[in-house]
Amino acid sequence: MAESEVLLEVRRSPLETTMMMNMGPQHPSTHGVLRLVLTLEGERVVDAKPDIGYLHTGMEKLAEYKKYQHVITITDRTDYLNAMGNNLGYVLAVEKMLGVEVPPRAQVIRVMMAELQRIASHLVWIGTHGLDLGAMSLFFYAFAEREKILQLFEAASGGRLTPSYLRIGGVMADLPEGFTARVLDFCREFPRALEEFDKLLTHNPIFRMRTEGVGRLSAEEAIRWGVTGPSLRASGVPYDLRRVHPYSGYETYDFEVPTRTEGDVYARYLVRVQEMRESLKIIRQAVEKLPPGPVTCDDPRVSLPSREKMLTQMDALIYHFLLTAEGLKVPPGEVYVAVESPRGELGYYIVSDGGPMPYRVHIRAPSFANVQALPLMVRGQLIADVVAVIASIDIVLGEIDR
Amino acid sequence: MEGQEHQAHRHLFEQRFGPHILEVKEQWGELTVVIAREALIRIGQTLRDDPAFDYKMLVDLCGVDRGVGADPRFEVVYHLYSLTHRHRLRLKVRVNEEEAVPSVTAIWPNANWYEREVYDMFGVRFEGHPELRRLLMPEDWEGYPLRKDYPLRGYRG
Repeated sequence: MAESEVLLEVRRSPLETTMMMNMGPQHPSTHGVLRLVLTLEGERVVDAKPDIGYLHTGMEKLAEYKKYQHVITITDRTDYLNAMGNNLGYVLAVEKMLGVEVPPRAQVIRVMMAELQRIASHLVWIGTHGLDLGAMSLFFYAFAEREKILQLFEAASGGRLTPSYLRIGGVMADLPEGFTARVLDFCREFPRALEEFDKLLTHNPIFRMRTEGVGRLSAEEAIRWGVTGPSLRASGVPYDLRRVHPYSGYETYDFEVPTRTEGDVYARYLVRVQEMRESLKIIRQAVEKLPPGPVTCDDPRVSLPSREKMLTQMDALIYHFLLTAEGLKVPPGEVYVAVESPRGELGYYIVSDGGPMPYRVHIRAPSFANVQALPLMVRGQLIADVVAVIASIDIVLGEIDR
Repeated sequence: MEGQEHQAHRHLFEQRFGPHILEVKEQWGELTVVIAREALIRIGQTLRDDPAFDYKMLVDLCGVDRGVGADPRFEVVYHLYSLTHRHRLRLKVRVNEEEAVPSVTAIWPNANWYEREVYDMFGVRFEGHPELRRLLMPEDWEGYPLRKDYPLRGYRG
């Protein structure tokens, strides 16, 4: 704890009616290791101060000591509920520096994975959101659905939480046999689960009383504080990177960007639930348009040659050796590439000095900006509402602390 | 951002802030402007409030160590975004170890944590910051982890 805060507590006048209370870092509803120092007047929150850093693991430093292709595994571990999306943001940034064309099949697979990941992430959010407000059963239904997506990831990449499936120039491997059929099965079954969630939460009077009008954030404040993602769209700003600055061919998909104007916890809830429906639409279209062809680009600077080529052609063998031993040759310069993660604008700022390892990688984590605006949303609310507000901005401490 | 728009934007920028611009660079379709530290607050305010720029959102702020011998050693990088023009801009100021950068918390309040992180990781000080203390590392930590002369492992403070 900051020394200054302790002293402040001791030196206060005994006649003051406010008290300070620690929430976290081990509080279950802070979704990880977030600590909030609350100033309370009775049950009312006068002020809240988030304290972060408990999960700091030096990922940005580590990335400076890894080759470009190895940093992908680090990105998995930042926002661990959005591994595919993190991979995507990072590889797009490196591809931009290299000027690599990604084959159409890989592009569609990437979109499909990113949207499945979005649903999986929102499922964790809806489950824990309900749990925080006392709706225990929903948690199990949500995690059962999420399990289906994780199994799809496992089939494609071998990993569930940290798949590292995307590669610079494409994806790790083509989809396994029967994969698209399984995805379509999921798309068919999932709307029924969403209907169940509607019954359990959307029209649940207790849930609505706990969330409507709670934790308001105006559009101006949201922009001033750099809040992005569903939290910004629930305040009425239709800013979605997939629509505003499309990447990976998102401009060719037909989907809506759900927005609300209330800016409260319930609005953020509705936006995310609607987003799951839109993601389903995108996934169906992706399956439909999935073209045949290679899944990694043919550029020997970037992707490894096939095993067969490597054993029969001298130059392929040389490229294979150079890529593994020396790494990618990324021209000097800097890029900032942002993608829409389930939590908002996820940006990668990469500086290259021409070497095989990035000179500097900075991850613009959406949760970092969103949690900084938390005090605005909880001031004047009841202490029990703090729990609802934290759940509604859907933070992941892994990417806040990096 | 399209190339033509880029040009117009760059031109406007040079027209308005010409004497304070140290360097303008365009690479991979991204505009980077390095400005003098002293002019940061004034330029920042104009960028936010002038409808021609309208950079209402500070998307990201981070530090870069340009190397132990570099002069100035550090760079503070501001990524700005305009929701109305859909423009991105990378603004940079350079600073040495013993110097300070004016804090932009009064212009974009969310700079608060970002500047604390840069201070935490690089030891760059921000003048006028309401509470400049470490953000991610423990309060009593010695050294600045993202500096290039800070080893990845085996560090004893």
